[in-house]
Amino acid sequence: MKNMKYLLLRRVTQITILALYFGANAYGWHMLEGTFGSSVLIGKIPLADPYTTLQVLATGFVLGADVLLGALIITLFYMVVGGRAFCSWVCPINMVTDLANWLRRKLNLDKEEVNYRFLKRRARYWIMILGLIVSAVVGTAAFEVLSPITIMQRGIIFGFGAGIAVIIAIFLFDLFGVKNGWCGHLCPLGATYSLIGKASLIRVDHDHEACTNCMKCKVVCPENHVLYMVNKESIMVTDGECTNCGRCIDVCDDDALGFSIRSFTKK
Amino acid sequence: MANSDNNRRKFFATTLQSVGLTALGGLLWSGYSDEVKASPLVLRPPGALPENDFLKACIKCGLCAEACENRDSNKNKDGSKRPGTLKMAKGGDHRMIGTPFFIATEVPCYMCDDIPCVPVCPSGALDMPSLLNEKEELDINKSRMGLAVVHKESCIAFWGIQCDACYRACPLLDEAITIEHQKNERTGKHAFLLPVVHSDICTGCGLCEKACVTEEPAIFILPVEHATGKAGSHYVKGWDAKDQERVSEAKEIHTKNERSEKEASDYLNMEVEY
Repeated sequence: MKNMKYLLLRRVTQITILALYFGANAYGWHMLEGTFGSSVLIGKIPLADPYTTLQVLATGFVLGADVLLGALIITLFYMVVGGRAFCSWVCPINMVTDLANWLRRKLNLDKEEVNYRFLKRRARYWIMILGLIVSAVVGTAAFEVLSPITIMQRGIIFGFGAGIAVIIAIFLFDLFGVKNGWCGHLCPLGATYSLIGKASLIRVDHDHEACTNCMKCKVVCPENHVLYMVNKESIMVTDGECTNCGRCIDVCDDDALGFSIRSFTKK
Repeated sequence: MANSDNNRRKFFATTLQSVGLTALGGLLWSGYSDEVKASPLVLRPPGALPENDFLKACIKCGLCAEACENRDSNKNKDGSKRPGTLKMAKGGDHRMIGTPFFIATEVPCYMCDDIPCVPVCPSGALDMPSLLNEKEELDINKSRMGLAVVHKESCIAFWGIQCDACYRACPLLDEAITIEHQKNERTGKHAFLLPVVHSDICTGCGLCEKACVTEEPAIFILPVEHATGKAGSHYVKGWDAKDQERVSEAKEIHTKNERSEKEASDYLNMEVEY
């Protein structure tokens, strides 16, 4: 079970969080109410998604203080705790795309990877900016119109309806289309958290001395360009696109990878 | 030199491509978003901003629907649990996805005194100040979720049959809906008891629509902007001193047009072909 530690921890976290949201509607619990867009923690603390908040502000609407404060709290949390930890530890779509990824490996689809010339990983930053422009032009939070993240979350809390089609589409896209297509190329929420978490403290650390260059970490990593230092240098993964999922640590047989607190002083 | 020229050309090409594809995406995305915004006949929770502003402001968190769902008073007469009024639009509901709405014939708004759905709204899409009365207390009677409209041809009261289901279901009994008596000329000895909705009082809760006995409700709630007309500011009520004040500053306008040579009937028949 050793090589499943962080994977299991993540699933437990994701499912617990979703269960708390579900219970808020179904049983009136006051642990986590609302959805990612805006939530209330233990009946008191406001939380809000920074990118959703930006979209609403882009429409020109002057938002209530609760949302602004909530967005600030979430931003500071991920700024300190670990960038895209939201993506791998909280977001329900992560379970869908992880499943697609696992199947890709089982079905050997990765070997036949097609080179999608137009779809680079940086597309998500363009989409992030575009989402704000479209929000301003159309007068509604534009990404929220099609976000599979909140569609899935609301689906779990309030019922899916035809929204399930969006989740299936993401699954098919990641399985048969582009590897890590949604989370690694398109999702503007992930892009936002990449920027927020650029300087976050909790980081994966690599020990070049222990590494045997088996490359298992690069196979499982959903953003494997962040692991460029593997078997080259003993440095931390400081790229904001790392989701802190810990899969690389799980699969490493040589203890060459592990979570660590970032130090900003140069060695 | 040739190499750096090549690099520069490649850089410009890829940049141009990125910008172009982003513009393409933006057009598709805007078009799609604008279309899905257009769901005019949707009933929103109490205190909701006008639809256009509401769609800007709503952060789609569902706190209002959760507050509505978890009321101890959500019980049918036999004590069984009934669902809350507010639903969160999902795919296939043909309303802006993730926004709260209600369908009066399924579950109308029961007009809770403490209005649980409104104070929880974090974004301001449900505007609490609009529901405060003079004493600064929440007053559900100030909400305008919609306006009840009676379709005379299918309302059996207009046929002469005695029915006052909507009148009795109304939480603002004898205020939002009153009964107007009219002589039934067909029988010569009976009265019509006709429901009349007063738009200055009706909150649009939908209890009348839910109570209506006809196969398809003859009284139904429409969003206020779809159930009302507008006379325009150039109509002034000459018999109303207050309305007259609107034009107290108006200046006389002298027109210098010559009197037309044509007959009035020529003018009336202009641009008309039979």
